[in-house]
Amino acid sequence: MGSKKKITVAVTGLNAVDSPGPGVAVARGVRELEGYDVRIIGLSYEALEPGIYMDGIADKTYQIPYPSAGSESLMMRLEYINEQEKIDVLIPNFDAELYNFIKLSPKLKEMGINTYMPTTEQFEARDKVNLYAFCQKHGFYVPRDKTIYNVSELPAVAAHFNYPMVVKGKYYEAVVCQTLDQAQKAFHKLEAKWGLPIIVQEYISGTEINVAALGDGHGETVSAVPMRKLFITDKGKAWAGVTLEDSRLVKLAKDFIKATNWRGGFELELMVTTDGRPYFMEINPRFPAWIYLTVGAGQNQPAALVKLAMGEKVKPYETYEVGKTFIRYSWDMIIDIEQFQHFSAFGEN
Amino acid sequence: MKILTNIAVSESGYLFNPTNGDSFSSNLVATDIITLMKQNKTSDEIKKALQAKYDVEKSTIERDYDEFIQELGDNYLLSTDGK
Repeated sequence: MGSKKKITVAVTGLNAVDSPGPGVAVARGVRELEGYDVRIIGLSYEALEPGIYMDGIADKTYQIPYPSAGSESLMMRLEYINEQEKIDVLIPNFDAELYNFIKLSPKLKEMGINTYMPTTEQFEARDKVNLYAFCQKHGFYVPRDKTIYNVSELPAVAAHFNYPMVVKGKYYEAVVCQTLDQAQKAFHKLEAKWGLPIIVQEYISGTEINVAALGDGHGETVSAVPMRKLFITDKGKAWAGVTLEDSRLVKLAKDFIKATNWRGGFELELMVTTDGRPYFMEINPRFPAWIYLTVGAGQNQPAALVKLAMGEKVKPYETYEVGKTFIRYSWDMIIDIEQFQHFSAFGEN
Repeated sequence: MKILTNIAVSESGYLFNPTNGDSFSSNLVATDIITLMKQNKTSDEIKKALQAKYDVEKSTIERDYDEFIQELGDNYLLSTDGK
């Protein structure tokens, strides 16, 4: 035990709720990093994020300002946290916060905090707004889409795509709409929640397959694990899933990494049609909430990312166990109100 | 007609297609057919084996076998290239 190197890793996304952030799963993976004595620092936005209170996840958690507060206030808070904790690696796990963290990464490096995130160019290229052009450029199947800023644009778009069509929020959420009325309601709901623009996408029928992968930033794939959702919640989230044996899907992730020199974790959300064509529905620029399945299948992507962030060489994984299944569950934790009050009042526990 | 080589079949007749994640429960006769298919038996050999094991008319075996093969095909469990 004494020979293990100490490492402190900060993670966001501790909201293990019905639409979960990946932080708890990422923390679990990092805890299994071989050869290190790992300390996990949680970074949370809300006092009721379950990962703050779960045993064995975060050793300590600090509240951080919402992304809308801007990168300066985030930096001030991180400086304070780093004075207390001496963070070695920071893993952001939300799309909406990534821009700020990418912007701050040189300053973080100066503070001794290593990250392993995509560049701004990589981050923006796979953005929902740019997805169609990106996939067209690199020869990936992609549904047609249209970015709109006004609800009045919907009838023309609907005439072009026909129903059903998918109305998507800027960052999160997608609604399959069968009528103009449904599309208009979805537009207003998603605009209120995530702002403009709204993306309207052609509906593709098929099987939802996701691939979690890790790129080394130089075009090489460190890990890629495909998963089929076995149980999908009403929010479209995987509540159970199984690893697949499909070399075409792994190759797709490798092709994506080669095309972009992707740096860090990401998730391909694919719709595979009955004739086997994999359509890119979204590319998430961070690990998915089901990332612990990759650990269970033999490819610990969060731990590998920490090593890459620390400048270590990581040998690409070559195999994983097919048929490994995850089943998510909900669990009522009992905590004392003082714990919640303390976190709410002081922004740390 | 061959079943995909990577299809996993448990003793209880549970089928898992690792390529697309589909899973199925099969009854005893279906499990026998799949097991024999995985042993590369021909359709005639499989039908004879079933007839020897189950006390049913040859025509019933023929019909059930054909229907089951159709079902395997509908669920993408048959090899199209001999693999």
